[in-house]
Amino acid sequence: MTSSSPNTLFPFNADRWLAFVTRTCALFSAIIVLLVVTFLALESWPAIQHVGFGRFVTDASWHPLSGLFNLIPMIVGTALTTIGSLFIAVPLGIGSAVFGCFYAPPRLAGFHRRSVELLAGVPSVVFGLWGLVVLVPLLAPLGGSGQSLFAATLVLGLMIVPTIALTSQSALQAVPSQLISGAAALGLQRWVIVWRIALPAGKSGIKTGLLLATCRAMGETMAVLMLAGNVAKMPDSIVSPIRTLTTNVALEMGYATSEHRAILFVSGLVLMSVVCIVILLMDFAGGWKNG
Amino acid sequence: MGRKFLLVLCTLMTAVSLGCGQGQSSGDGGGLNGKLTLTGSSTVAPLAAELAKRFEQLHPDVRIDVQSGGSGKGISDARSGVADIGMASRALKDGESDLTAHQIAADGVGLIVHSSNPVSELTNEQVVAIYTDQVAQWNEVGGGDVPITVVHKAEGRATLEVFLAHFQLKNPAVTPDVIVGDNEHGVKTVAGSEGAIGYVSIGTAEADVKAGVPIRLMPVAGVAATTANVAAGKFPMSRPLNFVTGDDPSLLSIAFIEFCQSKEVHDLIVSQYFVPIQR
Amino acid sequence: MADADSVVQPQVVCASSTSSSMGDRATFRDGTVSRDGPMSRGAAMSRAGATFRDRATFRDSAKFRTVGVRVKESVATAIVWAAAGLIVAVLGWILADIFLKGVSEVSLSYLWNDMEDAGRGGGILPIIVSTLAILMVTLATSIPLSLATAIALTEHTRDLSTAGRLVRRSLDVLAAVPSIVFGLFGNAFFCIVLGLGYSIWSGGFTLACMALPIMIRTTEQAIRAVPDEYRYASAALGMSRSTTMFRIILPAAAPGLAAGLVLGIGRALAETAALIFTSGYVTRMPESLSDSGRALSVHIYDLAMNVPGGNARSCAAAIVLVALLLMLNLLSAMLTRYVGQKTGTSMFERNDG
Repeated sequence: MTSSSPNTLFPFNADRWLAFVTRTCALFSAIIVLLVVTFLALESWPAIQHVGFGRFVTDASWHPLSGLFNLIPMIVGTALTTIGSLFIAVPLGIGSAVFGCFYAPPRLAGFHRRSVELLAGVPSVVFGLWGLVVLVPLLAPLGGSGQSLFAATLVLGLMIVPTIALTSQSALQAVPSQLISGAAALGLQRWVIVWRIALPAGKSGIKTGLLLATCRAMGETMAVLMLAGNVAKMPDSIVSPIRTLTTNVALEMGYATSEHRAILFVSGLVLMSVVCIVILLMDFAGGWKNG
Repeated sequence: MGRKFLLVLCTLMTAVSLGCGQGQSSGDGGGLNGKLTLTGSSTVAPLAAELAKRFEQLHPDVRIDVQSGGSGKGISDARSGVADIGMASRALKDGESDLTAHQIAADGVGLIVHSSNPVSELTNEQVVAIYTDQVAQWNEVGGGDVPITVVHKAEGRATLEVFLAHFQLKNPAVTPDVIVGDNEHGVKTVAGSEGAIGYVSIGTAEADVKAGVPIRLMPVAGVAATTANVAAGKFPMSRPLNFVTGDDPSLLSIAFIEFCQSKEVHDLIVSQYFVPIQR
Repeated sequence: MADADSVVQPQVVCASSTSSSMGDRATFRDGTVSRDGPMSRGAAMSRAGATFRDRATFRDSAKFRTVGVRVKESVATAIVWAAAGLIVAVLGWILADIFLKGVSEVSLSYLWNDMEDAGRGGGILPIIVSTLAILMVTLATSIPLSLATAIALTEHTRDLSTAGRLVRRSLDVLAAVPSIVFGLFGNAFFCIVLGLGYSIWSGGFTLACMALPIMIRTTEQAIRAVPDEYRYASAALGMSRSTTMFRIILPAAAPGLAAGLVLGIGRALAETAALIFTSGYVTRMPESLSDSGRALSVHIYDLAMNVPGGNARSCAAAIVLVALLLMLNLLSAMLTRYVGQKTGTSMFERNDG
């Protein structure tokens, strides 16, 4: 204890100072999102003013240069790819975290962790390229061109696995070892310990990871662009092409001028609204308060 | 721990910025000097970067930064003055007459299919039928029993506009199976699917054929899709690659544009698989 | 609060059962002793209690059920190994793919030369330098900011305070902003409004905004997971909150902080769309942080999607990026282990040894 100088007798109040600095930083971090949303709103304002909200849901299709602005297929696309990728990533990610904490021999645990970390840093372009060149031809026999809802969901799922795996692993590592030791001393089986003790105890951290992964999946652009087929109409099967709100922006922004550009920002704004709704729903569903 | 870390990082940053600051050269040996910023079309950007590099070698006091971001960005940046020169892989539209286009090269747009596809040529009517979903199998146009995967481009792309204009199609009438962005995306899509048909920059396709990618360029209206035919003006689908400037371009901008339009850079244009224009 | 009673008993059981009998699990859990939020701990405790009770009642019939338990155990083991194996297999598949396509292009001169012919020739040294410079700006802004925000969220606001919730929710929204929107925003805000132009500064700041949510949330979780006993003991010894934070809590939270850092680095190095519009496309060796410089991921994207005949070269650049990432991850793992060992465990005797 001698290493830390107790400074209760020191008149300068470091605590108050720390609180001030950290709160300012927190405020600053929160303001960034306001800046981004304001930017989106400013850029899309001409389109909203000119076109009005209604036509983004009532128009026949998405052909912005022909004056048709239906965004519904893209909203559905974003929802489907996100939900689908979570179905893939949640079991894989949590399974991998459990493996790293409870099942792997020490050396393998280290290797496995490095692998997951590496996966976290693989650029989305590389995921997209791998999907486009390797995976899509393999999926083509299922029907369609291979570039489909299924291909995009699969790769998106793999992309968000590291977020879930790493956050869950730190949550599991943070479970008090008395709990685990006690349970093990009582002779409980490993999976009982994991399922009934470790996972419930690490719930809050795992939820944070899931939320981050969900948001990441909704915002992912490049890999989805290369794999989803990008046709802006309602999908009728799992091998149909699909377009998400993000790829809509990325695909057309490069060549868009003035009004077309503003309309693309509307799709960014719509994505933000969908995200806010999802987050609020999770908030209301409760249990997220610590997370 | 946090403070120490911060301290270390700050020190590192200062060291780097100081060290780098010393590297900046000063003094000019006469002639041109200054800095140019180009933004715009991702298709033109690699070529422009090579042109800029050679120009910098000739004029050591000039710095030219080439940024990409899309033709739309090039045009709006040239208009707002954020960039000295905008790059656009299309002709200027009616509403853009306040800007001046300087063509530096041309690029053909050709139809591509998978190299295993036995169909050697399609008439314009057949292409229109394929793209409007009246024909869904290759055996209806003389090919094997394979469904056709129609590869189309995203709305607003220059190649799409050239394609639609030549085949007199309206975009909402097209029923694509896949929509792609960049040319290479189209090439990779067609290379990965035996029944696919798409249209991309001829230069890109030629380069990829040379690199062993399993695609084949199709003739359009009986004219073989080669950069040579585009250069000779025989091929019907092509687009200009433009540098765009506002009202009052600087002397340096003018010098650079003239350099890019001169014969001495034709080898660079050819090496980037585009078509030099004769004047 | 009904939990309170049921918590006490299992805790006694737990505390009295020392870990010497624990075998591998305790030894390979490398982290420091820590815990979750108070609510979930209570829940876990009562669950644990319930499990113990269940176990007592079925102990009599245990002989008939051991087979079933064993089957369940091995199924669970198989599933967990399969999940882990699948992730490593996919990573191996992707890496093998880029390695086979690109390794013939990687050489010392490739790492050491300037780029030529739009990336089809020459090397990538300026691009590596720009990438590291962008990453440095990103980390130098996002690490202090995320640490401070996480401290504010955990130590200076009550769990349910409106301000804390607002900050968390806005960070969650930020996590979902698509990278291209970040790029356009960064271009409008950092390059034009703040006048930084296309530069390593703009790119680094934009990436910092992108990495913030993931870094703050993981840091927050790590700090929250440090047991309150540490704080009580420290307070009882008369240490100020700031001393406690920097000397005890942060070192104890080091493994969790490392996870956040690694995710942040991964996010930053993997980013493409945001950087095209901010740090830019220029391949000249950057002379200062206000120069534009192309990042590796942008280079990979450009070669793969924009430069015909650039496939092998784009895989080569991807190999370099992966190698760089591997080195940075190992470095951050070593750093946290060092920090954790040096300060974390020596402060308090860990009661599980």
